[in-house]
Order: sequence, then structure tokens, then C-alpha cells
Amino acid sequence: MTFPFLSVITFAPLVAGLGILLLPPERKDAARTTALVTAAFTVLLSGYLYFAYDQAAGGFQFVEDVAWIPQLGIRYHMGVDGFSLPMLLLTGIVLLTGVMISWGIEDRAREYMAFFLILSVGVFGVFAALDLFLFFFLLEIAVFPKFLMIVVWGYPKTREYGGMKLTLYLFLASLVALVGVLALYAALPAGARSFGLLDMAAANFSPELQRWAFPLIFGGFAIMGAIFPLHSWAPDGHVAAPTAISMMLAGVEMKIGMYAALRIGVYLLPEGAKFWAPVIVAFALVNVIYAAYIALIQKDFKYIIGFSSVSHMGLVMLGFATLNPLGLTGAGLQMFSHGVMTALFFSIVGMVYDRAHTRQLPELGGMMQRMPWAGIAFLVGGFTSMGMPGFSGFVAEIPIYMGLWQGVALDPLNLPGFMTTPWFFPLAAIISALSIVITAAYILLAVRRVFFGQLPAQFADLPDVSALDKTALVLLSGLMIVVGLYPAIMAPLVESGIQPVLQALGGG
Amino acid sequence: MNIQPFEPSHILALAPEIVLVISAAVIMLADVNRGRERKRELGVVAALGFGAALIAGLLFTLPALTADGQFGGMVRNDTAAFAFRILFLFAGLMTALIATDSPVIGKEGEFYLVLTGSVIGMNFMALSTDLVMLYLAIEASSIALYALAGSLRESDKSAESGLKYFLFGAFTSTVLLYGFSLLYGFTGSTNLFEIGAVIGQAGVGGVPTQPVILALLMVLIGLGFKVSAVPFHFWAPDVYEGAPTPITAFLSVASKAAGFAVLLRLLLTIFPGYGAIWTGIIAALALLTMTVGNLLAMQQRNIKRLLAYSSIAQAGYILLGLAAYYNLNTDGNVGGEHAIGAVVYYLGMYTLTNLVAFGVIVLVSRVTGSDEIADFSGLSRKSPGLALAMLVALLSLGGIPPLAGFFGKLYLFAAAAEANLLWLVIAGAVNALVALYYYLIVLKVIYLGQPKDEATFPVSRPYAFALWIGSLGVILVGVIAGPFVQIAQAAGTNFIR
Repeated sequence: MTFPFLSVITFAPLVAGLGILLLPPERKDAARTTALVTAAFTVLLSGYLYFAYDQAAGGFQFVEDVAWIPQLGIRYHMGVDGFSLPMLLLTGIVLLTGVMISWGIEDRAREYMAFFLILSVGVFGVFAALDLFLFFFLLEIAVFPKFLMIVVWGYPKTREYGGMKLTLYLFLASLVALVGVLALYAALPAGARSFGLLDMAAANFSPELQRWAFPLIFGGFAIMGAIFPLHSWAPDGHVAAPTAISMMLAGVEMKIGMYAALRIGVYLLPEGAKFWAPVIVAFALVNVIYAAYIALIQKDFKYIIGFSSVSHMGLVMLGFATLNPLGLTGAGLQMFSHGVMTALFFSIVGMVYDRAHTRQLPELGGMMQRMPWAGIAFLVGGFTSMGMPGFSGFVAEIPIYMGLWQGVALDPLNLPGFMTTPWFFPLAAIISALSIVITAAYILLAVRRVFFGQLPAQFADLPDVSALDKTALVLLSGLMIVVGLYPAIMAPLVESGIQPVLQALGGG
Repeated sequence: MNIQPFEPSHILALAPEIVLVISAAVIMLADVNRGRERKRELGVVAALGFGAALIAGLLFTLPALTADGQFGGMVRNDTAAFAFRILFLFAGLMTALIATDSPVIGKEGEFYLVLTGSVIGMNFMALSTDLVMLYLAIEASSIALYALAGSLRESDKSAESGLKYFLFGAFTSTVLLYGFSLLYGFTGSTNLFEIGAVIGQAGVGGVPTQPVILALLMVLIGLGFKVSAVPFHFWAPDVYEGAPTPITAFLSVASKAAGFAVLLRLLLTIFPGYGAIWTGIIAALALLTMTVGNLLAMQQRNIKRLLAYSSIAQAGYILLGLAAYYNLNTDGNVGGEHAIGAVVYYLGMYTLTNLVAFGVIVLVSRVTGSDEIADFSGLSRKSPGLALAMLVALLSLGGIPPLAGFFGKLYLFAAAAEANLLWLVIAGAVNALVALYYYLIVLKVIYLGQPKDEATFPVSRPYAFALWIGSLGVILVGVIAGPFVQIAQAAGTNFIR
């Protein structure tokens, strides 16, 4: 039995969170420091796993496997591979920076830090879970902390609406996926029924079952990734949430949906994936273009970012739908890149709002003069968002477009004619590439209207961001540049992680 | 099943009931000898009685998997009976503790006496394997419950509650009795196992099919009332609202569980050959019950009515597991004990959870004097502990991990999926979403609302003990589910064989 790294990463925030709740309410700094130390600990540990993972050996490593509820074939089974490790690291980084930029919260600071840590338990765990029961168990632990943090500390005007909407949509998403997983569970031979991911992967479900279960599982998780037309919870919920929660929800929680869509949906149901891939492309295209266009016409700074994540998640879905190595690798990188980028954007929106007390673009301007660090970091995020070379967005998005260009409809049965024509995927690649232009437009508009131009008189003596804020900004923007300049630090790892999926698809 | 004539060793199988009878006598004597101001201690006496019975049950009545009919086939002390008796005794214990701080009834000796009597009746409902014995047990527990529901003598609502419960209950009890008489008339036996052997498969053997189906429908109507399945649920919200809150708690868990115990026993012992017929009916009842219960719960402003409708909906989920039984058992490979095990597990976790929820309600409404949801506003600031207990209870009812409700629902849904009832699983999932909505509304009031006044909520020691046990239990049963699943499945096996 090796050291249970994954359990420690997952449950350290839980222990720390409960410990913080036992502190007296007035010891706010003790609560903050505990949260910071715990978050830093998870970053160090997941960073260690990231580099200690043996890429040559591949497969799942740091495995923990204990019987849990044997009557239903449920095991406490954890392990990580090249696809989940970047996500684990991302969660740690968002947690850490989230704690840093929440230092100034005064209203029930103890509860805030405790619930933020407890929220992260489910997030860490789902990326390591190799048992589907364990996956849903951890996923739904986060339901209530999420809801509570939005309605208690959120934006007062919309928090009750946004919090309820987000919570119910995410619960709906997990229920839809759960129904699909139960259908798979029941399809296993009696006596050998199990919730184990690997058991199910070895089961070779019949093509009919795969075709109708795939929309449930992939679709359910895609709702969590804000697929059109069930995407409206994401901007509403993320705008209503307090800054650190927006970072966690948009930065990581949406990735859980996409991660599970691939790890559970495509991996277990390759025939279903082949059948539905063109349909996913059609929906994801709407995400990419439509959400980018909506972001362009927003007047509210935070809504721009909210819709921009919906647009970028569409790119991840496009990458998955290609079902080829290029597209899948790109999608894996995009999940990390976008997670860091969105966390950065939301943290900057939060810093601006905390000081200016408005998020309306017409009322803002010239912030570069007052908070240059935030402005420069926003530019870095913006370049990443547009896919500029030298930033992580480029190394993620180019493979997606290339993969899409190469893509073909693998299972042309019964789909509308135009989806199976050879020009469908290339056309989709061209259309989706248009989003780069729209993204550049809304990012540059936001940069001009928030950070440049005339500084309104009432903001003349706004304070600069704090040292902790600066640290968080440097950490997040630094990561985007590192991955952008030196993609070899992540791309081979992700490639190794998607090998099982490619094998299931019959290629690789 | 072998039927054994009476032997003195059989008495040990009734140890918990004997302890309860002694406890009832002690309560009666103490009630007479105590001054008015010290009567609150009666609740603790009753709770100790239930505790002693619980220990006696665990020590003496843990059965083997192959149980014989005892007392000449009147009762059978099998794992099914064991699981349900433990559940009823626990519910009685918690109810007695909750009642100690209730206004009016907390100081009435009769209250605890009748409560003990009702639990004795319920225990025999789980034990009986004979129509006569079963009917006596049902009436013993029901009549006690009618009296308990109407026990707030100054309150019109309580009187209405008692009367309404009595009228509905008496009527459906007659229907049930008529069904029993048909069964006896066509088979010539009152022992459930003998009746089941004579009836056999639908359309096969000597007993004509039509009267058996008629008896089956009557059983379903009579017990549909007990478990408050839609469309036999109309009594529940009014009775729950009017009855003293500890009794509402007791009705919503123990009485419902007892109804399910009898329903399982009858369907799986007498009517297994008619499974193809009753599975469809039960599935339809499950769909109706959870949908109607949840839709109506959404509109409630009174917390007791909200939980009344929520408990109707919960009965729907449980019926879903029962509907899964037949397909699974004919599957050949997988035993139906999987489905029945899910039902038993869900009943156990639901009992624990609902008692915690009602425990908090009793405390809050004692101070505020009403049962409106708005009165919970700001509870988290005034009393974080109570808010946390309510949080645990409501999220467990909503099916959120790590609480027991999550695994309970998943277990039921998995059984239904295995039984090819995916449409019912989808209906259950949609219902879970609706239910989470109204539980979150209540939690929002508790955590976001501002306190209206400075009133505090003093919690006495027995009370805090009950809430702690309950809340920790909800978490433990949900996380360390394995051993509980094992008992539940063993109970399922015994219901079937």
C-alpha cells in the first residue's frame, strides 16, 4: 500500500474546512491562513503528482482501491492519468488563488473560507474517482456549498435567482448523466454488476445501448459544461456568485462536465460517440459563435466573461467531437488553459468591482492608471483567449481547429444528410475559427473601455490591488505564458491520457 | 416455512414487546405517583423503555436466515421482522425524546403510554404471519395513533386531525378486512404462507383468479392508505398539520414503515404469483405518488404541511423499489431481494432523517408558536446547531451525499434500472430535482434570512442527544452503507422466502 496521495489531496480541504468552522468567529485571520496553507498544500501535492507521474508507463497511477459497498459492486477506487492530472493541478491553483483574492471578505469570513474549502473536496475528488458511484458521490457533495456561497455572499441583486438556477441546472445535469450510468450498470450481466469505470469500459456495450445512452451521459455532462441551449445557468450563476466561487465554478466546475463527458461518455460508449459526433459539432458551434456574439454586446463586465466561458467550452466540445488525437489533445489543453484564464478574468472583474463598485462598461475607464497589475494580467488573459501564439490558448485551440478540419463522420447511420458529407467538419472548422475574430473584438472592447480611456473623476484615488492579489495574478498569467511558450510541459502528458479513449474508439 | 407449535423458547423471540409492556406499566404507575411539575421525566422513562426494548431486540431476536413460524405460525421472527422492529423501537425512542419538550403533551402520562402501545402494535405488524394476528396488530397500532393525533384537547385542528384520521382509517381498515375474509374464504387458512401456497400462480391451480385479484386490490387500498400513497393520501396533510408535532413525526415514519412492512409481507408471501398484475399497479402508484407529493409540496408555506407532502413523495420512491421486485425475481439470476433490500434501506434512512427534521421543527415552533416556514428565518445565526441538523435532514431527504438519502435513492434507482423500469427511474430523477428545489427554499430561509427577533431556542439535554444521534446517524448510514445494506438485503430475502 503506497501513500494515499489522492485521498489526502481530496480530503485535506474537508478536514481543514471543518477545523476552521470550530474556530471562534472573530479569529478571521486564523481562518484565512489555514485556508491558504491548505490550498498551498494541495497545489504542492498535485504538482508533485504531476511531475512524478510516469508517462512511459502510462495508465492510472497512484491508485487506491478498497471495497466499499460490495452488494452493489461499489469500490473506493481512485487513480489519475495524464488527462486528469492537469485538472487536479488546475483545481489546486484555482483554490489557492481564490483564497488569496478573497482575503478582504469580512462578512462571516470563517464560514466563507470553510465552505470554499469544502466545495473543493468534491472537485478534487471527481478528477481522481475511478468508480462511478464515488464520482457522483463526490460531485454532489458540492451541491450545497455552492448554493450556500452564492446566496449568502453573492451579488445581492441576483444571488437568489442565480444561485438557485445554477444549483438546479447542475443537479439536473448530474441526474441526466446518472440515469445514463444506471442504464449501463443494469446492462452489465447480473452478478457482475459494478460501478467501476474500468469494469464498464471492458464490458463492450451493445451498439444500440450505446446510441441511446450516449446522449444521456454526454448530454448530461455537457449541460455542466454549459452546452447550448442549456447554457444560460452559467452566465447568470457565475455573475451572481462571489469572485472566488465564480473562479471555481467557471474555472473548474465546468471542466468537470467536460472531463466526465470524455472520461465516462466517450470512453465507455465509443460507438455512441461516433454516431453522435456530428450532432455535438452542430450544438457546440452554436456555443462558440452565439455565446461569443452575446459577450460582444454585453454592457456588464462580468457577463462578458460569463459568456466568454460558454463560448470557450464550445471549443472543448468541438475538440471532443473530432474523436481524433489532435482534437482530443487540444481539448484537454483547452480545459486547463481556459480554467486558468477564466479564473484570472473573474478575479480581475472582482478586483475592479470591489474598488469601483460598478461593473457597467460605460461607467468604467482608465483603470490601467490605478491598477496596472490587473490591467496587464487582463491583457495576458485576453491574448490567451484570442489564441495568440506564445500563450496557452494558442497551443490548445490550433489542434482543435486542425483536428476538426481532419474530422469525418465515423458512423453516418441515420443522421441528416448534410452532417455526413465530407465538407461538414471542415466547414465547422472554418465557422468556429470565426469566433477568434469575435473574441478579439469583445476582449479588446473590454480592455479599451475598462482599462484605457478617460479615468472617471470619482475613481481618481482608487487603491491599487493588494500584494496577495498581485501574487495571484502573476501565478495565473505566468501559467498561461509557461504553457504557451513551452507546451511540452503539458501536451505529451495529455496525449498519454487520451490513449485509452482512442483505443476504445478503435484508433490510437 | 416450517410451522412450530408453541414452545417456551419462543417467548424469547418476543423479548422487546415484553419489555415494552413492562415499560407501559411503569409509565402508568409513575404517572399516578408524580406531581404535575415532574411529569416531563415521564418522557425520559418512556425513552428508556424503548431503549431497553431496543437492546433486548438486538440481544435476543437476531434471527437466522431460515426462520420458522413460531407460536403455531402466528408470528415469524425473521430478519425482515427484526429490521422493522428495530426501526419502530428507534422511532419510538426518538419520538419520546422529542416529546419531552413539547407543550401540553410532553407532560401527559397517557401520551407516552399510548405511544408505547402503538409501537407494540407495529412490532406485531412486522412479526405476524397470520391474518387474524395481523389484523389485530394493525388495529392495535392504528387506534392508538387516532387517539395520539387528537391528543391536543384545546386545539380544534388536533381534534379535526384525530377524527379525520379515525374516519379514513376505519373505512380503509374495513376494506382491508374484507380482503382478508375473501382470502380466508377461498383458501380455508389464515396462515399467510399456507394461503400463498394454495393461491400459487395466476390462472394456475384451484383458486379462481377473480376473487384473488379482488382481495389483492382491497389489500392495496387498505395499505395504500397506511403508507399514504396517492390517491389514498388525502388524509395525510390535514392530519399531519393538526396532530402534535412529535406525533406527526411518528406518523410520517413509523406508521408509514409499518404499512410498508405489511404490504411487503402480504404481496411477497400471498401474491408472488400475481406479481405481473401488481407490479403495474405499484409502478403507477409510485409515479403518481412521487409526482403529486412533490408538486404539492412546492406550494406549501407551512413546514409541517411541506414535510407531509414530502413524505407522500418519499412513499412514491419506496414504491418504485417495490415495483422493481417482480421483474428482478423473474430475471432468474438476480434475486428480488435487491429491490426489497433497497426498500428496507430507504425506509430506515428515511425514518432517521425525518425524525431529525421534525425534532428541529418541534423546538422552533415551541418558541415561535407557529409552523410557518418564514419563522425559520435567520435560524443559522440564532442557533447554528439546529440549523445544521435541519440542513442534514433536508439535504438527506433531497438525496445529496454524503447523507443517507443519496445512497438510498441511488439504490432504489439502480434496482429499478436493473428491472428494466428506466422510465420510472427518469420519473424519479425529475422528482428528485423538484424536491431539491423546495428543500433549498427552506434552507435559503434558514441561512439567508435575517432573524426577526431576539428569541433563542433553548435545547434540553435529552433533546440535544436525540438530534445528535439522528444527524450523525444520517451521515454514518450514508457513508458506511455496506453493513446496513447487508441487513436490508437479508430482510428482503426473508420477505421473499
